[in-house]
Amino acid sequence: MSNNVGEDSSRVRADGNSLCWRTRGRLFSVVVFVAAAGLVLAGCGSRVGDSGGSSATSCVDTSGDSVKIGFLNSLSGTMAISENTVHDALNLGAEQINASGGVLGKKLEVVSEDGASEPTVFAEKATKLIGSDCVAAVFGGWTSSSRKAMLPVFEGANSLLFYPVQYEGLEASPNIFYTGATTNQQIVPALDYLKQQGVTSLFLVGSDYVFPRTANKEIKAYAEANGIEVKGEEYAPLGHTDFATITNKVRAAGAGAVFNTLNGDSNVAFFKEYRNAGLTAATMPVVSVSIAEEEVGGIGVDNLVGQLTAWNYYQTLDSPVNKAFVQAFKEKYGQGRVTSDPMEAAYTSLFLWKAMVEKAQSFTTDDVTKAADGVSYEAPEGTVTVNGENHHIAKTALIGKVAPDGLIYTEWSSGAPIEPDPFLESYEWAKGLSG
Amino acid sequence: MEALLSQLVAGLSLGSVLLLAALGLSLTFGQMGVINMAHGEFMMAGAYTAFMVQGLIADAGISLLLAIPLGFVIGGLMGLILEVTLIHRMYHRPLDTLLVTWGVALILQQAARDIFGAPNVDVRAPGWLSGSLNIGVVSVPAARMFILVLAVAVVVGLSLLLKTTSLGRRIRGVVQNRDLAETVGISTRSTDRLTFFIGSGLAGIAGVAVTLLGSTGPTLGTNYIVDAFLVVVAGGIGQIKGAVIAAFGLGLLQATFEYSTTASIAKVTVFVVVVVFLQVRPQGIFNVRTRSLA
Repeated sequence: MSNNVGEDSSRVRADGNSLCWRTRGRLFSVVVFVAAAGLVLAGCGSRVGDSGGSSATSCVDTSGDSVKIGFLNSLSGTMAISENTVHDALNLGAEQINASGGVLGKKLEVVSEDGASEPTVFAEKATKLIGSDCVAAVFGGWTSSSRKAMLPVFEGANSLLFYPVQYEGLEASPNIFYTGATTNQQIVPALDYLKQQGVTSLFLVGSDYVFPRTANKEIKAYAEANGIEVKGEEYAPLGHTDFATITNKVRAAGAGAVFNTLNGDSNVAFFKEYRNAGLTAATMPVVSVSIAEEEVGGIGVDNLVGQLTAWNYYQTLDSPVNKAFVQAFKEKYGQGRVTSDPMEAAYTSLFLWKAMVEKAQSFTTDDVTKAADGVSYEAPEGTVTVNGENHHIAKTALIGKVAPDGLIYTEWSSGAPIEPDPFLESYEWAKGLSG
Repeated sequence: MEALLSQLVAGLSLGSVLLLAALGLSLTFGQMGVINMAHGEFMMAGAYTAFMVQGLIADAGISLLLAIPLGFVIGGLMGLILEVTLIHRMYHRPLDTLLVTWGVALILQQAARDIFGAPNVDVRAPGWLSGSLNIGVVSVPAARMFILVLAVAVVVGLSLLLKTTSLGRRIRGVVQNRDLAETVGISTRSTDRLTFFIGSGLAGIAGVAVTLLGSTGPTLGTNYIVDAFLVVVAGGIGQIKGAVIAAFGLGLLQATFEYSTTASIAKVTVFVVVVVFLQVRPQGIFNVRTRSLA
């Protein structure tokens, strides 16, 4: 997923002895794992996906005048940089809901847990939140691996997870609501926009893991169907810091635009190199899907001015709802803070859950999911509506341009919310992708 | 031809970054035998020094030039504190050092997160370092040229220090034969401390330099530490000229493989090449019976 490394932290057992590899280019962690083999033995025993999902059973208590909900974000580890911001947005939402009377007359009691940037920890904490804290719903997760680790837990206990980040699609769990964009609400509109701008060739640059590779497969299928030439496709390992060679390849290929699915710190090195090599937004624009307001400062505005991003929300959106959201956020966390797409999607997910519960007049999972279809909320990004079938939400796609003030301004909009289509079933060119 | 030259430049430039990151390690790991996993975090400290100096002095050029010596001092002082408080107690327990310094690295990363915030910070490059210089048919990014020059300057400076100064002679003496050095009146404790100060300080300089190329954040050091150890091991323990050759060799290899395949494959190939090479020459590029210096 977006914004930071950590996606690759799925673990595999290296051998029968307790060696525990992280599939990351950081060999030294292996060294340490070996040295500390005894300490991590327990952690290595469980694989992602079978971390005790079946042991949790829902025990939501709604008899009192409050109801518990869980926030599960990485407050430590490599993903903390991104997930802390989502955590802040969720806390703001809970505070606002409580100030206006709570949900069905009950105050929200938030239980926060730290996912520690490890999918196995996400699964364990989800089990704890459902089984011993008895929360009515959990909000959080960022990387696809954390979501995939939590999925069996929520399905096993028949509990609810609200996942707030854009992702690679091709998933629809009855126990998860996806409030970030799926591919047809972010990547496909970005390609439509480029085509409309007369771009006839693309260069694909991405980090080497599941999201960019899946996304690029879709981009290539789209390009082939639409007469766009893909002049090159390059992947850099997560945390890669030297983009001289890739930039040389991009320059030599001379494509009309670059589609960037790089993740985390690599973006900084890539854009610095890109600019130093004399490539600019005017000659060869870069469209990024993982750079939001929060990341612009770290990359350096000078290196990004004029480059394009694809999201569903920008801090600069001109609507009363968004202005109130931005103002409330800055008042709570400081004037220097910015709001970004995943934060907004997390904030929105809380209010969507509230609307579903109020429609169902019940906190139980089955009632809430039954009531979910068609639930609509006037979010900072615009009107969003839940699709009861695939549990994604209809959202408006926005192409933005980075301005010298460090904020992103809408350059193009899909005009109306796009119905979610996580398996890209309604696109002729995407046939055979999801198989 | 142009592509070939561009790649040559990319390889040399990558080599110079590796060299800067590895030089300090070749002193502390190579000469003293300390496996210091926090070396990368001293780089991070150097990078944040550049950020802090830029906060005080708006001119990006002057602040960069000031940050280099300051980064050296800050990285060095952090190394000195680590040596005095922890490492000197475990000179004969290298595996314990590995775990302890790994813990220190995690603490320093979290400290950076608490002090500077989790998101990356922006260190602006001065005007004269953005854009490219045209040399013949190839254009070389000015920032990379600067790092290459800086790396060469640091190597020359370090060699002069070790070869011509009395401190250098003392360091070499202690490395070659600690007992004998002590017998002739060299204070091995203070020499150890100074060596560690210099080695960690060099990490600080490397940290300032890499802000020109990449991100400045709490995890900056982790991006470089593996490659730095790779350079020192491949170059031969205790060898500065080994580190120089290994750094540029690995840089060129990486750039060549990356151009003909992909970045991931190139990284794997470089590791495989180093592993195979170490099978043939476990002692690294240079085989020295006495652990002499460059």
